[in-house]
Amino acid sequence: MSDFSAPPATRPALLDIRGLSKSFGTLKALDGVDFTLGEGEIHALLGENGAGKSTLIKVVTGVFARDAGTVRLAGREIAPRSAKDAVDAGIATVYQEVNLLPNLSVAQNLFLGRQPTRFGVVREGEMKRRARALLLDYGLDIDVGAPLSSYSVAVQHITAIARAVDLSARVLILDEPTASLDRHEVEILFNVMRKLADRGIGIVFVSHFLDQVYEICDRVTVLRNGRLIGSRDIADLPRLDLIRMMLGRELAETTHERAASQPDTAREVCVSFKRYGKQGYVAPFDLELRCGEVVGLAGLLGSGRTETARLVFGAERADSGEATIDGKAIKLNSPRDGAGFGFGYCPEERKTEGIVADLTVRENIVLALQARRGLHRPLSRREQDEIAMRYIRMLDIRPPDPERPIGLLSGGNQQKALLARWLATSPKLLVLDEPTRGIDVGAHAEIIRLVRELCDQGLALLVISSELDEIVTYSNRVVVLRDREHVEELKGDAIEVSSILAAIAADTAPAREVAS
Amino acid sequence: MKASTSVAITAFVLVAGFALCALQFPNIASTRVVANLLTDNAFLGIVAAGMTFVIISGGIDLSVGSVIGFTTVFTALAIERWGIPPLAAFAMVLVLCALFGAAMGTVIHVFELPPFIVTLAGMFLARGISFLLSTESIPITAPIYSAVSDFAIRLPGGGRLTAIAIAMLVILVLCALLLHLTRFGANVYALGGSRAATALMGIPVGSMTIRIYMLSSVLAGLAGIVFSFYTAAGYSLSAVGVELDTIAAVVIGGTLLTGGQGSVIGTFLGVLIQGMIQTYINFDGTLSSWWTKIATGVLLFVFIALQQGLMALARRSSLKPAGAKPAGAPT
Repeated sequence: MSDFSAPPATRPALLDIRGLSKSFGTLKALDGVDFTLGEGEIHALLGENGAGKSTLIKVVTGVFARDAGTVRLAGREIAPRSAKDAVDAGIATVYQEVNLLPNLSVAQNLFLGRQPTRFGVVREGEMKRRARALLLDYGLDIDVGAPLSSYSVAVQHITAIARAVDLSARVLILDEPTASLDRHEVEILFNVMRKLADRGIGIVFVSHFLDQVYEICDRVTVLRNGRLIGSRDIADLPRLDLIRMMLGRELAETTHERAASQPDTAREVCVSFKRYGKQGYVAPFDLELRCGEVVGLAGLLGSGRTETARLVFGAERADSGEATIDGKAIKLNSPRDGAGFGFGYCPEERKTEGIVADLTVRENIVLALQARRGLHRPLSRREQDEIAMRYIRMLDIRPPDPERPIGLLSGGNQQKALLARWLATSPKLLVLDEPTRGIDVGAHAEIIRLVRELCDQGLALLVISSELDEIVTYSNRVVVLRDREHVEELKGDAIEVSSILAAIAADTAPAREVAS
Repeated sequence: MKASTSVAITAFVLVAGFALCALQFPNIASTRVVANLLTDNAFLGIVAAGMTFVIISGGIDLSVGSVIGFTTVFTALAIERWGIPPLAAFAMVLVLCALFGAAMGTVIHVFELPPFIVTLAGMFLARGISFLLSTESIPITAPIYSAVSDFAIRLPGGGRLTAIAIAMLVILVLCALLLHLTRFGANVYALGGSRAATALMGIPVGSMTIRIYMLSSVLAGLAGIVFSFYTAAGYSLSAVGVELDTIAAVVIGGTLLTGGQGSVIGTFLGVLIQGMIQTYINFDGTLSSWWTKIATGVLLFVFIALQQGLMALARRSSLKPAGAKPAGAPT
């Protein structure tokens, strides 16, 4: 890995992570990751969902125990066992969901547990004076006596940062701090970050906004599938290269030959969307899904892929445009509507939105079918057993035991059971959001094989994936998204990793940042 | 601001209700009636102060009624049967209560059990032990009891502010100071806001939990002693269901049942409202005393609905100025 670190003399390593590994079951969430943060450095940590960013943060801050590797803070080895340990050692984290107390005043939040007191009585006036002075340092001039909940998320973030830094943090980890801020608030936060960096505090900035990374960061480290892809100085890293690092080629063994493309018109249109969109969610898009065809959605995290999928399924209600089947306008206002038209949706968050962990494989598989039939027409136990066994055999779900709680299965087999759930309803359209996320290599190839088989059987498929190779392998068409907008549709021979990368990177040149 | 609004509403209901009562029965508006109201509800005020801490911290303590019952029986037995000097008996029973509360807090924290279940167990346990001690009512004849019940500050208009009413007022003031002016108090609010965030901010959540339930049980013990002065007896069936009256008083006083918000003064007003309803029914004479429960139920319902409405309003209005607030906007 080529490494352009600045001379160590100017930037002594503040946080030095070597060979960090962490597994969950068979899944390697972190695999020998190195990471070095200098004093006064703002360092972006990038990667798609499941790349290992949050695992890395949680290991460093003591939420998870590591399997292997060392973490050194200013040369001293540390092994925090709780978030409090990490704070005491000098590593503070501010999460996207601010971990403060909304019901207390800003001043109390800043000084909770260390309020100035006299004879056991909190000196409210003194505390407010100090809180005010502290926040003025961050460019905030607010009433510190008001409850925290009465302020915007930006102010809450800065309050959390101010508290962390005041507790003598030397390393500050900001996890997606800008996700819910508007442009003006981001500017305020960036000013704070620059000021802190000038004071020698090292900042780890986790974000999926590349414009912001280029604006504020000195260095960038990219993770993918739990492995370190590289660390570079941002000034030496063209945007296209960065995106390639994040999405690029991997898993060569799963790369099959591309599906032979047929002329689009040969296929029957399953559902089509015209100027379909929702304000602040996804810009209006045109999309035609045909039977026997896979449409891939490509783009960076936060580009609007999942949002598109949710609109298509009806999990989110559109506020513009129309959806039509056979030229007739349809209403898609709830998942129930979507399911009624024969749509199925396997969400990305398998654990929270997909499986019901305590129910058995059988119960999970028949869930959608039963829901469609309604409570009045229950499936008999024999029918349930038949359906479950049919799909367990067809998809090779292991172990082939329909009565095992699904939570005990591996990720890949859970994913197959979810697929089975929708297949049991004989759907016309299946939306798969990151079907290969977090599953091991073998199952990975199998899921891809399944996607193609389903397509051959005449299903319309809409598949989201961060693995561009994968998308290229099975897609008949690829829609590229950027900044919540469908920017390009690639067809036939135009579908290549390089052309997708170019479409993602195009037009995000620095000149455009000013406008956004 | 939200908290003070609901206290203001409680105060308004109290004043308006009292005015209505006084219109119908002019005699109600006398220091005599008001002083009696304080005396009659002294034990309720004390135990409700403790409950306020528990509920603000996001918990609940169902054991307080039983602890009061236990305290009266233990005190009566200690003084009358075992010949222990009254003051020593009080000290002993308060230590027992403190241990009891600490045990419940420990169980809640260590085993991460819902306070509802743990204190429900505590409720059965304390009541059971008091039955074990004695099933009959034991009159207390110690001289200190008659001395205390004779003591009173005479108010203009013929009212007598009794010792136990004074005790309640003093305890309420101390609790208010503890809750609103100390680090301990701030931590109680913090726990009710978010247990996880409080722990992340380095507050010793475990010892806070234990101390809060200790406080509640000790105050319940004090309430029990006051109750024994009030009835001059110890009886294992005393104060059955008081935990629910207490919770009602706290909630009517503007404390959120979900925690994070509330005040001791609000709780005091809540106690007074319940006392007022009771007084009205006594004055009327024809009404069954069960009407107290019905009126309390209706009020409780109205107040919870009101709180939800206020919260929703506050949430809606806080969305607008929030965006305009950051940086540079001096307030």
